[in-house]
Amino acid sequence: MRNQSRVAFYLLLMPLVLWLGLLIIIPHIDMLLISLRERVSFGVYDRSLAQYEKALTEPLYLRTFARTAVMSVLATAITLLIAFPVAYYIAKMARGRLQQVLFLLCLIPFYVSELVRTFGWMILLRETGIVSNLLQWAGLADQPVEMLYTDATMMVGLVYTSMLFMVVPLVTTLESLDDSVIEAGYDLGGSGLSVLREIIIPHAMPGIVSGCIVVFMLSLGNYLTPTMLGGKDSLWFTEMIYNQFIVRSNWELGAAFGFMLLVLSSVIVWGMLRLTGRTLKETMG
Amino acid sequence: MTPDLECVDLVKRFGDTTAVDNVSFSVPPGSFFSILGPSGCGKTTIMRMIAGFLDPTTGDIRIKGGSVLDTPPNKRPVNMVFQHLALFPMMTIAENIGYGLRRRGMSKPEIARKVDEALERIGLPGIGARKVDELSGGQKQRVAIARCMVLEPDVLLLDEPLGALDLKLREHMKVELKALQAAFDTTFVYITHDQSEALVMSDQIAVMNAGRFEQVGTGQDLYYRPETPFVAGFIGDTNRWSGRIEKAEGGTLQLRTESGLAMRASGAGLAPGDMAEIFVRPEAIRLAATAEGLAGFDNHLSGTVTSILFNGAASRLLVQDAAGETLEVTLPQSGEFDRLKRGDMVHIGWGAGQATCFATGAAGAR
Repeated sequence: MRNQSRVAFYLLLMPLVLWLGLLIIIPHIDMLLISLRERVSFGVYDRSLAQYEKALTEPLYLRTFARTAVMSVLATAITLLIAFPVAYYIAKMARGRLQQVLFLLCLIPFYVSELVRTFGWMILLRETGIVSNLLQWAGLADQPVEMLYTDATMMVGLVYTSMLFMVVPLVTTLESLDDSVIEAGYDLGGSGLSVLREIIIPHAMPGIVSGCIVVFMLSLGNYLTPTMLGGKDSLWFTEMIYNQFIVRSNWELGAAFGFMLLVLSSVIVWGMLRLTGRTLKETMG
Repeated sequence: MTPDLECVDLVKRFGDTTAVDNVSFSVPPGSFFSILGPSGCGKTTIMRMIAGFLDPTTGDIRIKGGSVLDTPPNKRPVNMVFQHLALFPMMTIAENIGYGLRRRGMSKPEIARKVDEALERIGLPGIGARKVDELSGGQKQRVAIARCMVLEPDVLLLDEPLGALDLKLREHMKVELKALQAAFDTTFVYITHDQSEALVMSDQIAVMNAGRFEQVGTGQDLYYRPETPFVAGFIGDTNRWSGRIEKAEGGTLQLRTESGLAMRASGAGLAPGDMAEIFVRPEAIRLAATAEGLAGFDNHLSGTVTSILFNGAASRLLVQDAAGETLEVTLPQSGEFDRLKRGDMVHIGWGAGQATCFATGAAGAR
C-alpha cells in the first residue's frame, strides 16, 4: 500500500520534473556554458569570461540594459496606477452581471495574438492611421501626425499588454476584503484617501506585489512591443539578444546577455519583495 | 430633554419593495434601545440609514435634535459595531482603537493614552500590541466596542454583534454589554433577531416586522401586554389557537376553538361571532396532579402527556386534551413532577388574563 502510493506520487511528479528539467534547467545550464566560452578559431572554443567583459564595457549594451530595466519598472508602475481603480471598480463597486462582463472585457483582447494586437495599435497610430486622420479632420493638425516609434507609444503598448496580469491578482485580493471593513473605516471618521491608504492598500498588498512581479517580468522579457512600436532609440534588451543569436550568429554573447537579463530580473524582483516585505511587516506590526 | 436619536417617518424603498415603512421613534439619552425582528424585516436598513450608508427615501434622522441627513458617515456623531465586527486585520489592537483618533488628528501621546484607557475600561489592558487574529471572539467584541467608544459618539449602533459567538459566550456578553453601556453612559441602539438578547439588555424594545414597528415598549410590556398577534407570537413561546367568540363580558371572552375546546380569555374590541386568535404561554399554564389544585383558574382541563421535552430549566410537556388539541406546558423543576412520564393523566389550568385574544386578520398577523 505504502509502496503503491509512493509509486503514484513519483508518477504524478514526473511531468513536473520533466518539464523543469528538459525545458528549464538543462537549456539554462547549456546557455551558461555557451556564455562562458570564447571562439578562438573555427570550431575551437576556450573557457573565458570575455563575453561578460564585452557586455559590461560596451556603452551601447550597458545603456540598453539599464534603459530596459528602468522602462520596465516604469511600465509596471503605470500599469499598477491604471489597473488599481479598474480592479477596485470590478471587485467592489460592480455587481453581478456587470462584474462578470467587465472582467471578460479585460480578458477579451487576449483572445487574439500579441502580434495582431500590436498591429492594431499601429493601424491606430501610424501617420496615415485613424487617430492621425481624426486629428486632421477635427482641425487639430494640419498635416499627418506620426505617433509610432516613440517611447511613449511603446509604453502604451507595454501597459496594454500587461493590464490583465495586474487586474486579475488585484481583483482577487480586493474581493476578499470585507465591505464592512471599508465601511468601518468611513464610520470611524476616515476620508476616502485615508481609507485607501490605511485599509485598502495594506489589504491588497499581496495582490499588488504579485501583479507587479508578473508585469515586470513580462515587460522586461517583451520582444514584440518594443520592436514594433518603439523607435530607433528605443532599443530593448531582448532585441539585442535576438540580434546576437539570429543576426550575428554570436551565440556566446547572446547567451551572456540572456544571463544578465536573468540576473537583473531576479535582483529587481528580490528587491521588490524585500521592500514590500518590510512595509508589510510594518503595517501588520 | 432632547432625545439622542430621533427618526421621523422614516421610509426606505428599494425599487418596488419598501424595506422600511414609515417608522418613527426616539431614543432618550443614555438608554439601551433594541430593534427586534426576524431577518429581512428592515432593521439593518434602519441602522445603515442612521450610520449614513443609506439615504432614506423620505423622513428625517435627528441626532441630539439636529438633522444629520446631509452629514456623510465619517462626520456623523454615530459609530457602529458591525455584525462581523470589521476590525482592521492589517493593524494591531492599539492601531485599531486609535484609528478614529488618528483621523481626528490627535497627537500621538494623547492617542496612546486614550487607547490604554479604553483597553483598561474593557478589561483587556496590555493587549495593544497584539494582532486581531490572536484574540478570542469575546475579546474582539470588546475591542470593536472600544474602537467606537474612544470617539465618544452620541449614539453607538450595534448590528447583531453577538451573532457569531457561541451560546455560552453570548450569554456572558449580554451581561457584559449591558455593563459596558452603563459604564460608558452612551446611548446604544442594538439590532437583533434574538429576543433574549433584546429582553435582557434593553430599556426599550421595538418589535419590527415587514418594515414597520409593531410595538415599542419595555421587555415586560412586550411579554405581558402584546398589542399585536405578531408580537404575541414573536416574543416568547406560545400556544396558539384560532376560535370563535361565543360571549363577551367586558374584557373577558368566552370562546371555542376550531377543535371544540372551550376557554375563557381576555381581549378588547371583540364581539360574539368574531374569529379570533388566542395566545397562551406555556409558562402561564399551571400543572397539577388533581383537579382541586386548579380551582382558582378560569380554564381547566385534563389530558394525557404525549411527550416530555426535557431542556433543563426550560423543559416542557406536550399535553393532549380530550378534544385532541395539543398544548405546550412548562414543566416546573420543583421536584413535584419528577415522576411524570408519557401517557400519564395531568390537570392543567390558566387564568383568562393569561390568554390573550386578537381578532383574526388584524394587522401583522402571520
